[in-house]
Amino acid sequence: MDICVSGEEPSAAERAAVDAVLGPAESGWHGGLRDSARDGHAARGGREATAAARHLLLPALHGVQDRIGWIGQGALNYICNRLTVPPAEAWGVVTFYHLLATERRPPAMAHVCDDIACRLHGAEELCAALERRLGPAGSGAEAGWQRSPCLGLCERAPAALVLRAGERPRSSVVAPAADAEAVARALADTAGAPATDATEAAQRLAEIRRSVPQAGSSELRLLARVGAVDPESLDAYRAAGGYQALARAVELGPERVVAEVLAAKLVGRGGAAFPTGRKWEAVARAAARPHYLVCNADESEPGTFKDRVLLEGDPFAIVEAMTIAGLATGCERGFVYLRGEYPLAAARLGGAIAQAREAGLLGDSVAGGAAPFDIEIRRGAGAYICGEETALFNSIEGRRGEPRSKPPFPVEVGLFGKPTVVNNVETLANVPRIVLAGGAAFAGTGTAGSSGTKLFCVSGHVGRPGVYEVPFGATLGDLLELAGGVPGGRPPRAILLGGAAGSFVEPEALSTPLTFEGTRAAGAALGSGVVMVFDDRADLGDALLRIAEFFRHESCGQCVPCRVGTVRQAELLARLRAGRPLGSREQELALLRELGQAMRDASICGLGQTASTAIESALARLDVFPPQSATGGSP
Amino acid sequence: MQRGATLIAVDPRRTTSARWADLWAGLDVGSDIALSNTIAREILAGGLEHRDFIENSTSGFEEYRASVEPWTLARGARETGVPADVIREIAHRYAKAEKAMVCWTLGITEHHNAVDNVVALINLALLTGHVGRWGSGINPLRGQNNVQGGGDMGALPDRLPGFQHVENAALRIRFDAAWGVPVPPQKGWHLSAMFEAMEHGELSALYVIGENPMRSEADQTRTRRLLEGLELLVVQDIFLTATAEAADVVLPAAAAWCETEGTVTSSERRVQRVRKAMEPPAGARDDVAILFDLARRMGHDWGPPSAEAVWNEVRRLSPVHAGMSYARLEALGGLHWPCYDDSHPGEPFLHSRLWERPVRGPRAPFSVVAHDPPVERLDEQFPLRLTTGRRLEEYNTGVQTAGYRSPVRRGETLDLSPEDALAYGVAEGEPVRVASRRGSVVAPVHIDESLRPGLAFMTLHFPEDVATNLLTIDATDPRSGTAEFKASAIRIERVGAATTSAGASA
Repeated sequence: MDICVSGEEPSAAERAAVDAVLGPAESGWHGGLRDSARDGHAARGGREATAAARHLLLPALHGVQDRIGWIGQGALNYICNRLTVPPAEAWGVVTFYHLLATERRPPAMAHVCDDIACRLHGAEELCAALERRLGPAGSGAEAGWQRSPCLGLCERAPAALVLRAGERPRSSVVAPAADAEAVARALADTAGAPATDATEAAQRLAEIRRSVPQAGSSELRLLARVGAVDPESLDAYRAAGGYQALARAVELGPERVVAEVLAAKLVGRGGAAFPTGRKWEAVARAAARPHYLVCNADESEPGTFKDRVLLEGDPFAIVEAMTIAGLATGCERGFVYLRGEYPLAAARLGGAIAQAREAGLLGDSVAGGAAPFDIEIRRGAGAYICGEETALFNSIEGRRGEPRSKPPFPVEVGLFGKPTVVNNVETLANVPRIVLAGGAAFAGTGTAGSSGTKLFCVSGHVGRPGVYEVPFGATLGDLLELAGGVPGGRPPRAILLGGAAGSFVEPEALSTPLTFEGTRAAGAALGSGVVMVFDDRADLGDALLRIAEFFRHESCGQCVPCRVGTVRQAELLARLRAGRPLGSREQELALLRELGQAMRDASICGLGQTASTAIESALARLDVFPPQSATGGSP
Repeated sequence: MQRGATLIAVDPRRTTSARWADLWAGLDVGSDIALSNTIAREILAGGLEHRDFIENSTSGFEEYRASVEPWTLARGARETGVPADVIREIAHRYAKAEKAMVCWTLGITEHHNAVDNVVALINLALLTGHVGRWGSGINPLRGQNNVQGGGDMGALPDRLPGFQHVENAALRIRFDAAWGVPVPPQKGWHLSAMFEAMEHGELSALYVIGENPMRSEADQTRTRRLLEGLELLVVQDIFLTATAEAADVVLPAAAAWCETEGTVTSSERRVQRVRKAMEPPAGARDDVAILFDLARRMGHDWGPPSAEAVWNEVRRLSPVHAGMSYARLEALGGLHWPCYDDSHPGEPFLHSRLWERPVRGPRAPFSVVAHDPPVERLDEQFPLRLTTGRRLEEYNTGVQTAGYRSPVRRGETLDLSPEDALAYGVAEGEPVRVASRRGSVVAPVHIDESLRPGLAFMTLHFPEDVATNLLTIDATDPRSGTAEFKASAIRIERVGAATTSAGASA
């Protein structure tokens, strides 16, 4: 607790940015004006002060980043004094997230996605053009650009996200980014689109429909309102059937709601497919209080964008679903941990929460006085690992987003050490329907092992990329047909299922039913619902190298197998791609398998355990680095 | 603390420890009793006292209650400077805690009324029943690893080994018999009284073992005069200290933690074995061997020196150590005294008897203690309160630390609040003359926000550069003999920019 800060003082703007998040300083000891009559005789600090305020560290850092564009030493010192956080620990946190800058950078920054889906649509060419147009990445006085991992805009590749710091921070999306000029224009647009989208409802809906080719179809359930009902109007949501489920849930009472979710056989849609009802039951019964609900909206798996589309297109549904979940499991507080790269979703969800609170649907007594429940959004700041539930807890608590050892599991010891329900956005989106139709009816859709419908994020070489909703049981071929097949009638060469942590499958797998059990039998996994198509001309070697670089970058560094293994894996793939193996190609492949095994066996979380899955599946099933090839890739 | 314990720090300065605390109360120097009594009154006003414990285990409660009655929060806040709401919070949290302990060090004891300060804290523990139980208690945290052991072995003017009072004839007779010589029947002098005796010519020979009074005593000018005026000064130490330099005879000793066999006793009264790991440097010898040789030269042959033989003699004469054979200490990893025989498990809680019903032995007495501010009041001539203390990275007079390079050592400074630095127009690092009624020194200013206006701080770590104890007052507690190092009155004067080296003058 030695708060030994260096001499740098915050600027007035930095101080204001922090105070806007934390309120005015409590005393001279916390960075305010020193009043020796009081401050000379009393102070609060220590563990209690830290415990009470530490979770505000990331919001405070965001406050400075949003306003100034980077976080200087003076601002960091001020935050440390305000929150009683040792500077070394705060430094550990601020440097953990790639959206937070600790060195001066331009207030307007274009984050240009160069991840797998965008690479298939010219991301490298865009970066090269930007370098010519704006100078090297990271340079510039007023405006600059830098590369980014997947922005979750894969259906509109190549994509760029422009963030402009200031008293009123702004953001805009350039996707598809036709050329460097389009990005430069967005950077130069100082007026810009405000963070809160003020365009007319019709324009909003048209924009959303670009991501949902099925929009308006009567067969849609999760996507029924997306692109059809104004996401910024509580009245429109209610007119479209919203909040009937909450009323029904209040009638049923907590125990029957949990029973219906169990009967629905709903399993988590974030990738791990754990039965949702079992989580709810465990938390509802936990003796320790309080209970917390966390909506995991840190959608960071490359190729995944379904949760973004749900949050941008139907935010009230998530608010309603969380309220039902909160009542059912005895939570009075819910958190949405939202990707830092999703400013529009943050604005829409924030608006929905505010309107719901205004209408008495959140707050001290929800739904006719049933119980108190409220929701708070916590923005991530660019860290894939924070999608791992225990890393997410640490991130909310103001620590480095490093996963915790399990057990204990979150239902026992979760956020702030209390019993916690963690559900993915899409998982929660199923809840209102389960409550209204009943669990048994819900389970009537889909297959025996996979109930309901599923959202798929279809991207890459397909005619109509976007989010698709199909009942479990549809095959991979059905889905590709729905998405318009591969353009130009070309044959697909490979399909990536489940994202960077998933697996590549061959075209022969098109008949695979897209169910948990079906993909498992095909030696793959549904994961977060990524279906990324590579045609016969795609450079798979490039994609594998990008995946390896992704994991190298996103490993939190906490445990050795992953920290070292992801680096060795990336180096090895770079050698193979360059046709310069150390020893023979076979030796390299054996080493790669060994690295993968070590990471699977000894990493404490899913990141390390799956960091080699996609790469190994591609090398096993697809001839990516053929022995005779000097350059790798395909012809 | 990381697992949920609450820490409250009471200290005039917001020290590093205080920054770790959940709540810091920055009382004015020397207002400890005022604070304790106010806390007590607030506990009583809130009905938070431990009725059962008070009724069954204590005595003198009614007198005590009456004595603290005038100490309202408002009066307490006025006398201590601590805001009333903070005092109230301390009272309520301490009283309501399931387990709570009070720990202190020299901030409580280096005052002219040291014993009263301690007693005032004991009263709080009795009032709330926070004593004699797991996780509770009152603990003077020792500044050295074996302070407790030294006292246990009779290195106190009125005690024989095992805290047996020297003026109790029945106890003393056992020692007379065992040692074959009569033990003087009156208690001896404590350190301050010895200097008084030197002043009056009653003490002319001094044998100093492991102390450096030349540097550690208050009012150093007087200390040097008295030590140099002795007929004989013998110093036995592992370093050639400033005191040793003035000695007639220096006996180089071995380091007790690695070069000798023996025992060490921690603050929790746990006696543990210490083993010899290496040979002392040439010429340095085990304390026991030196004392045995000395005895032989004086005509008493105690046989070959042996730490275990000495210890077994302690066990024969001190009932509380009787069950602590080397074999048991080694097997059990140490034992807490009292430990009366070879089957006794030792007692981790000294006062656990207070929870027996009926209480075994005498009840624990409440004591009425009155607030008595520091002897030296502030006035126009000496308007600043100087308090002295330590820094984490330095050790006492520097005998053991000054010889090593340290990246954080910044030497002696006069630490001032930012407000006082501004008021006196002095800058960081600027040398100033610091004067008390007893002497003056020159030291560079260090601006420290842990201080408030009117409060200054210095250490005793760098006596060769800045003799802080030229400033301190030797007002002492008549019962404990400790001097009021924590409270003297000073003024500061700017010195010309030409004066750059820190020096001392009387």
